[in-house]
Amino acid sequence: MKSISKILVIGLATILAATTLLPALWMLSASFMVPGEASTFPPKLLPSTITFEHYVRLFTRLNLWRYLVNSLIISICVTVVSLFFNSMAGYAFAKYRFPGRDRLFRFLVSEMVIPAQVTTLPLFLMLNKVGLINTYAGVIVAGMSTIYGIFLMRQFALSIPDSFIEAARMDGSSDFRIYWSVILPLCKPILITLAIFTFMGTWNDFLWPLIILTDDSMYTLPVALANLTGEHVQDTELMMAGSVITILPVMIVFIALQKYYISGIMSAGLKE
Amino acid sequence: MSNAISSSSLRYEIKAVRRAAYFFLAPALIPIFIFFFVPALAAFVLSFTDFDIYSLSNFEYARFVGLRNYFQLAEDPLFWKAMTNTFYYVLVGGPLSIAASLGTALLLNSKLMRFKAFFRTIYFLPVVTTLVAVAVVWRFLYHPRFGLLNYALSFFGIDAIDWLGDPVWAMPAIMLMSAWKGFGYNMIIFVAGLQNIPNELYEAAHMDGANVWQQFKDITLPMLAPTTVFVSIIAMIGNFQLFTEPYVMTQGGPVNSTLSIVLLMYQQGFRWWNLGYSAAIAFVLFGVILLGSLIQARLQKRREAS
Repeated sequence: MKSISKILVIGLATILAATTLLPALWMLSASFMVPGEASTFPPKLLPSTITFEHYVRLFTRLNLWRYLVNSLIISICVTVVSLFFNSMAGYAFAKYRFPGRDRLFRFLVSEMVIPAQVTTLPLFLMLNKVGLINTYAGVIVAGMSTIYGIFLMRQFALSIPDSFIEAARMDGSSDFRIYWSVILPLCKPILITLAIFTFMGTWNDFLWPLIILTDDSMYTLPVALANLTGEHVQDTELMMAGSVITILPVMIVFIALQKYYISGIMSAGLKE
Repeated sequence: MSNAISSSSLRYEIKAVRRAAYFFLAPALIPIFIFFFVPALAAFVLSFTDFDIYSLSNFEYARFVGLRNYFQLAEDPLFWKAMTNTFYYVLVGGPLSIAASLGTALLLNSKLMRFKAFFRTIYFLPVVTTLVAVAVVWRFLYHPRFGLLNYALSFFGIDAIDWLGDPVWAMPAIMLMSAWKGFGYNMIIFVAGLQNIPNELYEAAHMDGANVWQQFKDITLPMLAPTTVFVSIIAMIGNFQLFTEPYVMTQGGPVNSTLSIVLLMYQQGFRWWNLGYSAAIAFVLFGVILLGSLIQARLQKRREAS
């Protein structure tokens, strides 16, 4: 009886896993098919002969390098800058006493309910005035610091004992020195978690880059991919290769650092 | 030692602490102020103007029109279509996805389960994929003739469905894809919630002869209530912002059956440059999300009280 239900449970889990993986595996498989092979009946699961021509075409004639570099520059800049700013603010909210601190923090947290889309129209107009449309900076400024990031950093910094900070102060360390060489190393787990969240969030973001990047040469991968679909609807295999390239970098980051990513989600879910 | 010295040095210290605090806060709070609060307030003002493509070159062409944009929205059938579609997606697609998350979490948490970390990683993979790429891939999976989905259904004797071309099926197709992409996220939160339920409760219920279903109904579900509320609020806020899926897969069609509020906002704002009208749509979205969060928070409070 017990072994039958065990087989049932694991069997169910395996079927579910296969269903979950199927779209991604088909994408990978179709990206190696010769043109037209993905549009046959009955559908093929595996390519008859493996071809790399779609990848070659994407990187040579369709400028994919450019989009890959754009996405990398934007995602890395946003991640580094926001990690730095959010951690400083989170530390200040956790460990410094100043008038109105708790009220200010509560106010910020309550503003998280404002959807980002509300800000897109005026932000576009503002950045248009100062000439930041169609620039990396235009994408980056909107993500330089986030309330959510400050919140996560503060929650973590609260758990650091005051004695660590006081000991460093006794040694004559400046405030910035304490933040840099005492607090930051202690915050490593949350910094990694936040770095993954931010990198993936920026990489996968669509609406804001779509609005602010008006010129083809500035597109990020998701914007370029959405644009390509419009022009190459019939080239299924080519679009699958483009999707593979778009997904691959975030997939690698996730698989390498999934421990931090998953524990980050768990702690965020339990704290509220 | 005189008191004067220590009190002045204390005052000096308090000042130094404040200065340091402001130094740490400024780099984060100034961008949030300039690039979040100012535009949010400006959007509110914008929604009371007739800001359009002519005002783009010179802001002075825009005039205050009071509540005209909002009145116009109330009479715009396209806006009501977008509202209906978005609520359909939030109220049907959201719970379906959460049910899938809960089901999978129960499976992962089962005592009979093996290779838990391996399965967890697989179920989670779609979460980290890029939505645009996923939408591109699913468009082909949904292809009425060559798509894998219709092919799989044909084995069960189900006739080909034009998933994205049929107004009845287009939104359910988007819901199914979103559930596939997102269920792993809430699954993780549910697993954490399940692990927090004391095992003794199940042992006691087992002693009393409660079967698996009774245990689920009387222990698991009530103990998971706070997690479920948390997950529902976050999911609801995210689902109201539906945009990328219809943008990439259907452009809002067929016959506007997948037009969402944000897609309408985008089209009005950045395709037709009716920025005043578009800002009004954005504020309705904000109001709806705010109201939804308040209602769910209230429900949770009442449940805790009882």
